[in-house]
Amino acid sequence: MPKPVLDIHNVTKHFGAVKALTNVSFSLHRGEIHAICGENGAGKSTLMNIIAGVLQPDEGEILVEGEAVKIASPSIAQSFGLGLVHQEIALCPDASIAENIFMAATSRQRSFLMDYRKLERKAQEVMNRLAPIDVRRKVADLSISSQQLVEIAKALTLDCRVLIFDEPTAALTEAETRILFDIIRDLKANGISIIYISHRMAEIFSLCDRVTVLRDGRYVSTERVADVTPDDVVRRMVGREITQLYPPKQQSAEVSGETILSVRGLGDRSRFLDINIELNKGEILGIGGLIGSGRTEIAEGICGLRAITDGEIRLHGQVQAIKTYTDAVEAGIVYLSEDRKGSGVFLDMSIAQNISVLNLKALTGHLGLINARGEAQLAHAFAQRLNIRMANIDTPVSALSGGNQQKVAIAKQLAVQPKVILMDEPTRGIDVGAKSEIHLLLRDLARSGIGIIVISSELPELLGLCDRVLVIREGKIAGELGADEMTEEAVIRLASGVNQSEQTRLATDHAA
Amino acid sequence: MVAETIGVSATRTPSWKRLGSMREAGLIAIILALCIAMSFASPHFLTLGNFRAMLMSFSVEGIVVVGMTILLIVGGIDLAVGSVVCFAMVLSGSLFLAGLDPWSASLIGILASSLIGCVMGFFVTVVGLNHFITSLAGMVIVRGLCLIITKGTPLSLFTLPPAFKAIGQGSFHGVPYVIIIFIAVVVLFDFLLRRATALRKVFYTGSNEKAALYSGIRTNQVKFWVTVLCSTLAGVAGVIYMSRFGAATPTFGVGMELNIIAAAVIGGASLNGGSGTILGAILGIALLSVVTSSLVLLNISVYWQDMIKGCILLGAVSIDHFLHKRKAS
Repeated sequence: MPKPVLDIHNVTKHFGAVKALTNVSFSLHRGEIHAICGENGAGKSTLMNIIAGVLQPDEGEILVEGEAVKIASPSIAQSFGLGLVHQEIALCPDASIAENIFMAATSRQRSFLMDYRKLERKAQEVMNRLAPIDVRRKVADLSISSQQLVEIAKALTLDCRVLIFDEPTAALTEAETRILFDIIRDLKANGISIIYISHRMAEIFSLCDRVTVLRDGRYVSTERVADVTPDDVVRRMVGREITQLYPPKQQSAEVSGETILSVRGLGDRSRFLDINIELNKGEILGIGGLIGSGRTEIAEGICGLRAITDGEIRLHGQVQAIKTYTDAVEAGIVYLSEDRKGSGVFLDMSIAQNISVLNLKALTGHLGLINARGEAQLAHAFAQRLNIRMANIDTPVSALSGGNQQKVAIAKQLAVQPKVILMDEPTRGIDVGAKSEIHLLLRDLARSGIGIIVISSELPELLGLCDRVLVIREGKIAGELGADEMTEEAVIRLASGVNQSEQTRLATDHAA
Repeated sequence: MVAETIGVSATRTPSWKRLGSMREAGLIAIILALCIAMSFASPHFLTLGNFRAMLMSFSVEGIVVVGMTILLIVGGIDLAVGSVVCFAMVLSGSLFLAGLDPWSASLIGILASSLIGCVMGFFVTVVGLNHFITSLAGMVIVRGLCLIITKGTPLSLFTLPPAFKAIGQGSFHGVPYVIIIFIAVVVLFDFLLRRATALRKVFYTGSNEKAALYSGIRTNQVKFWVTVLCSTLAGVAGVIYMSRFGAATPTFGVGMELNIIAAAVIGGASLNGGSGTILGAILGIALLSVVTSSLVLLNISVYWQDMIKGCILLGAVSIDHFLHKRKAS
């Protein structure tokens, strides 16, 4: 066996009293795609940040091509040929795509003046491999998924021998994901080694050669993907059997036919048109479609966060006049935003203060003062019900893991006892354990009579969780799939608007 | 990386523990240490007279600090407070000289200050400018108004009736009214900031405006009224200054805004919004005042004062930044 490109040897890292990594070792061969798996908090990001020079290990050594090295900074990591595509987008929003792609290169440029034309031409070449987006456009004007593509293009220019992808597909559409996979396989064919971090088993099993599992900062196993099943990997990640990934769906005996929410002819004359939705009691309704198809905008339109021009919204048969989000909350419709950190939670405020935000009116006495005991009781009740893992309710939300932050965001909505909850990407970027807890919770809520609408880019979630799926394309409902018609192919077909024969070529459906 | 205890713990952090971890405790310790050191260095420091003078010196500014802190929490800033203090002073003063009784004149001065806050709030929330630029323009415009009203010359108000002068100069059982008003304002707003729903919305808006909007909070309204509150408190301070000095100078309060912002920031308010306490800000201005008094008693030239205050600000913010970074990692 040839010398590994990268060898991590007994690396340990503490943050104060918390041990993020304990004696972790693993090695990466030339031209392999190596998946790193683990729940949030398992130490994946810490390990990657050590490899990329962002963090320094407390103990252990790192060998590049068999030689022990000290990676003191990201630029030193780059000089060893170790590149990292960040999970969180780190681009300059006011600069053009071309300028962002060559940010690292410009700092190395010798000449005094920048040759913009050359820079743009080279950037366009790289960008075209991913998607035909004009590189002169400003990053701020791009959708999240296109920004992610720019982030990837940036890494491709770095001339690396090891490229780390940290959850690269979290914001990508199915079609974009496929293009990315082709590029990764291309890199592999050129002898470049890839470390691929992902929560999605399907991706790991279609793309990767080997898989290393971390749990609670410790190394668990490394195996050839061909030798294991997704269930095996999930079991190693959580250290327990997950017998059923999704809760059981609605039984036919539970179908009531009673409509909770009815949306007719909803439109805003720009992003969506003539939307009709009937949400029945006891069911979870899924909304699928590409990012940028108008899914989020429709949800925002229903709950007063976006002005609508046409159509009506009925709740239990009553027409609702919803002009602002406050009106929607008062009517009993709440919305969980897809952007957890940007518009879901108040990171530097306490768990209790986050959970109470929508419910302030009920917690306010006649002097305009907050009932502190009531607020604490509310927080305790929901922390218990949603199994939020925390020190106590005064802990700032920023100290929680992604999954627990999301539970706080959901608790905030449930605190007002809503009739309908619209959830936009309810489990994006959170670990397997928290994910299935949230799925179970949603099923329980549906069973208790609350109407649930789930918007998701993740097809397995859409199909595994929902009883019925509406697919949106270009602001219109492209079709509805009942329980017996729900397959990944059917959703993709409706979402992308191509015939089945053309499906293999659905390449560049862009949301930008 | 985060430390999480497994399972749901049903406790809250006890309040004494929370107090200990807050920066207020650190500020109190620094102020006490400085006081002890000074009591050895100067026999005049540890006297009732000196403490009363120190308290008097920051009491009126302290009222403005309260408004500024709340504005910083919502994510705003007001560079115009120094000008507005002066504006309330010269407007009330000239109305009094024009024959109005001093109480009505003061009320009009305060309301006019609120109106300035409304105008700035309008530019911030409706036009969509940021607080910094709006209040920078406000600072210059309002200072201009002061000069126009007074034609550039100080107003002498020695004819103010004794009952009105008493606000700034008199005392109740030996405690100056100024200090009583100051403490009342501080206690009231500190309590409201902790407990009132309206002021909780200030924290939500400053912490994450978009999330607040998505939680049904009318963030523009919140920002508007906090801007008005800050200007109003500046107006109140201006009227008290008029009573205290028996005069109104069109150049009064130049540079005051910087001292006030510095105090709030030393006390833990963040220019990014979302954090800050009244108690912290008051301790911040108390610290600056003790330092000033110490420098005077130690016979250090006044020319050194600004430089030393600036260094304290830089030091306090650096320590805070360092502690925050350690906590975050």
